[in-house]
Amino acid sequence: MSDARDQILGDLRAHLGRGRLDAAAAAEAEARLAAHRRNLVPARAAALDHAGQVALFIAEAETVDATIARVGSAADVPGAVADYLSRQNLPARLVMAPDPKLESIPWSARPMLELRRGRAEDGDAAGITGAFAAIAETGTLMLVSGPESPTRNNFLPDTHIVVLRASEVVACYEDGWDRLRAKGAMPRTVNFITGPSRTGDIEQRLVLGAHGPRRLHIVLVEDAGA
Amino acid sequence: MQPTSHAFKANAHRALGDANLQRAMGMMRAGFPEKRAQAIARLPEFEPLRDEGVAIKNHVLAHLDFYLERFEQNVVAQGGKVHWCRNAQEARETVLGICRSLDAKTVTKGKSMIGEEIAINDFLDANGITPVETDLGEYIVQIRHEPPSHIIAPAVHLIKEQVAESFRETHTHLPPERSLEEPRVLCDEARAVLREKFLAADVGITGANFLIAETGSSIIVTNEGNGDLTQLLPKAHIVLASLEKVVPTLEDATTLLRLLARSATGQEFSTYTTVSTGPRRAGDLDGPGEYHVVLLDNGRSALLGGEFQDMLRCIRCAACLNHCPVYGAIGGHAYGWVYSGPMGAVLTPTLIGIEEAGNLPNASTFCGRCESVCPMRIPLPKMMRQWREREFARALAPQTQRWGLALWSYAAQRPALYRRLSALAARVLGALGASRGRFRSLPLASGWTDTRDMPAPEGKSFMTLWAERQRKTGKTA
Repeated sequence: MSDARDQILGDLRAHLGRGRLDAAAAAEAEARLAAHRRNLVPARAAALDHAGQVALFIAEAETVDATIARVGSAADVPGAVADYLSRQNLPARLVMAPDPKLESIPWSARPMLELRRGRAEDGDAAGITGAFAAIAETGTLMLVSGPESPTRNNFLPDTHIVVLRASEVVACYEDGWDRLRAKGAMPRTVNFITGPSRTGDIEQRLVLGAHGPRRLHIVLVEDAGA
Repeated sequence: MQPTSHAFKANAHRALGDANLQRAMGMMRAGFPEKRAQAIARLPEFEPLRDEGVAIKNHVLAHLDFYLERFEQNVVAQGGKVHWCRNAQEARETVLGICRSLDAKTVTKGKSMIGEEIAINDFLDANGITPVETDLGEYIVQIRHEPPSHIIAPAVHLIKEQVAESFRETHTHLPPERSLEEPRVLCDEARAVLREKFLAADVGITGANFLIAETGSSIIVTNEGNGDLTQLLPKAHIVLASLEKVVPTLEDATTLLRLLARSATGQEFSTYTTVSTGPRRAGDLDGPGEYHVVLLDNGRSALLGGEFQDMLRCIRCAACLNHCPVYGAIGGHAYGWVYSGPMGAVLTPTLIGIEEAGNLPNASTFCGRCESVCPMRIPLPKMMRQWREREFARALAPQTQRWGLALWSYAAQRPALYRRLSALAARVLGALGASRGRFRSLPLASGWTDTRDMPAPEGKSFMTLWAERQRKTGKTA
């Protein structure tokens, strides 16, 4: 439909009262695209030190019904996960994203935890993933897709457990974009997740677990980078 | 969808007498404005963020051709495809073509107002492909064969008993005597039914809240996660988006996202904000094999450079609906087409014509709340007035109204005459209504007195009282 393309672009320019952008205006727009300039960033998180940002992340995430366990090191993660599942009366069975950060956790310390590695399927009741970053401003997790982090693991299981390192907490979304650009190409999917799935579509009454996870549990690991 | 905007008055009248609707609208009026106010109170930078949002959108509109071309380039570089469509018919054919190329039987859908605008569901259905809405509210209105009544809360006009009834009629594989009293139970039932649909779908269609020129990405926000399962599991992801959704950078989208959820539902951020860039990559364990963007004009390019250009800043948050006394009284269906409330009153005539939708810009008390809550500072009342002027200029208004306005404008341009006439009217009506203090009916004023009494004037006009007061205090008028 190149006819349609040409006509739409032609109509746009005609109504804007010009032809193609002239060289100076195009260069200006190019520069704007390349600069990735930040617009106003609220002071809420940006004004805090890192410990303050972690505390804000926790407070904001809890406000939107996520639960959080803080642990001292990666070695404490299996126990925290097992405790959470047992408190929720859930089977000690998990699908785990094939993420090296998760593989490095000493799971064998908790042999009762049954881990299946790979992408989530419909029957998986609980899943565990890592995170790319976490945004203190609104208690939001930032997850990216890739061979080690299939996106469906964030959505199919009823219970989503996220292992987050304290050093992965940043102030604002813009910090998240900077980290992503530093890493290279834009991933196929970036998921910002703020609490478990919900709906208010029936009489505006809040119900958790509409289509995505009913529960979002974050295991926050203190680490040296923090 | 066949518009019934021309029958707005009859629609509104019916809505006012609908007890279920009135109960549902009562809940709406209480809920949304309060949540928005709380969210904004928590963000001291909200007003300057609005200014930045307006500036971003104005910049985009002035460079729309540039950013759309850049967006397309980057979609293609990521292995996706952009389909430029001048009108609804081209967009429908494009979607059908993609579905046919994949031999699709069922299509899951995330809520999309562009999908409503091009009536994609009926079209796919007629061509042997089953569309399944997956947003809970949108699913409810789909099984009831109704259009959505609100741009972000499609089933806001219903009470839970109506939803339960529809589920009983549709989910016939479940025990008929099951309890469906609580929203929790209704939601769980829909979740189970729709999970099967997600897993079986061949193609997933979503809308887009934003398109990013810099990366060739599309962004959707949902609370349910339905948009994610819709785009993630099938063979292809089709994004339906209109031209003005494009923004330059991720940073620009971020600023607009800070405004969107707070203005819409009063959330700090929607539960799921998802940025999608192209199809599945090498090594990925999931994701759609194809990524298509259907880029729709449908009359939008013609708004550029004209008196309705500001409407293209709209980010579809629905704050104007949520704060409108007219919308709050009658709900969205009365507006007779896809968009309702103040934004619908301005946008609908641009898309389907003032002949069909001329009633809508008149459905306003001009209280100004819509403009005051609009995160994009769209001058909605001013634009409704512009539509009224056009309607008047094109002689579309009823003869009696035109006659009345002509008479009024004749008098209004002659202050002495106007004062004499208004003083006379105040005296006569004051004397006639003195005993009751109000009128049950008045000649030429049945539009008012059919539904409420007209208070009788005191007997003197404001100008008369003012002149008397000035004389008493020793000043001259």
